Amino acid sequence: MFTIIGIMFTGIVLGYIFRDMSFIKNTEKTISFTIILLLFIMGFSIGSNDRIIDNLGTFGWQAAIIACSTTCGSTLAAWMVLTLFFKRKEGENER
Amino acid sequence: MKGSIIVLLFFIAGCILGTLDIIPFDVQESNMSMYILYALMLQVGLSLGSSNNLKSIIKDFKPKYLLIPIATVSGTLLFSAFASLLLSQWSIFDCMAVGSGFAYYSLSSILITQFKEASLGVQLATELGTIALLANIFREMMALLGTPLLAKYFGKLAPISAAGVNSMDVVLPMITKYSGKDMIPVAIFHGILIDLSVPFFVSLFCRL
Repeated sequence: MFTIIGIMFTGIVLGYIFRDMSFIKNTEKTISFTIILLLFIMGFSIGSNDRIIDNLGTFGWQAAIIACSTTCGSTLAAWMVLTLFFKRKEGENER
Repeated sequence: MKGSIIVLLFFIAGCILGTLDIIPFDVQESNMSMYILYALMLQVGLSLGSSNNLKSIIKDFKPKYLLIPIATVSGTLLFSAFASLLLSQWSIFDCMAVGSGFAYYSLSSILITQFKEASLGVQLATELGTIALLANIFREMMALLGTPLLAKYFGKLAPISAAGVNSMDVVLPMITKYSGKDMIPVAIFHGILIDLSVPFFVSLFCRL
């Protein structure tokens, strides 16, 4: 975890130093490309993992129920926090 | 949305290629996905560091952002308890232990298999560990691919909560794109706190 954060902070420092260079403005494109590559490799490693593939039929639907449920729960909770604690304050600032 | 579909297609292509066993290359051994993740984080850093409003992004960080990890934890745990109503063979705490992975599939499945061995036996503990692995992979995929829709219908904080621990790495570029650059410090802060909470909640619910 700290390696990941450390690498990102290195990037922030380098990005700040070289902020006037033109190549630095292309990060949006290279980030999209890297995500595609990452997901392709992740797919490959999931596909070649027999423990995942062999159990997909047996446990897949149970996992899907929990995954959908937790994603919905956290989404709704985040939406509540946004409406209750963030939107109102932003509205006040506008006035 | 178009970006998500391309990502999904590449992910599926990778899965299919992986199951076919035609490439004699062990991705897990080579740690390739980790290095690509490092490259991704470096680029996220570069784009943040070179952005014109770096100072205001850092300055705008408020204590109330602590509410977001709290929302993630309470929403996830409450809804994994609901999920146990549909899964009769597992107890409410088993389901909450799976939910406490917060999309950290590798760690949560190992922890659950270990902690549950004593009370459930090797067979059932491995089954629950496998469910944790699959459920948390699914959650990561749903957060990654669903970010454009989540941000549109549930606001800029929803993709961060849905992503769980991945709000600071795999899903961060999508969050940046759809929730805005000012959400980067929040997403990282959220990811670190959730990351630290995974071993705590998983072991807690495995013992109950």
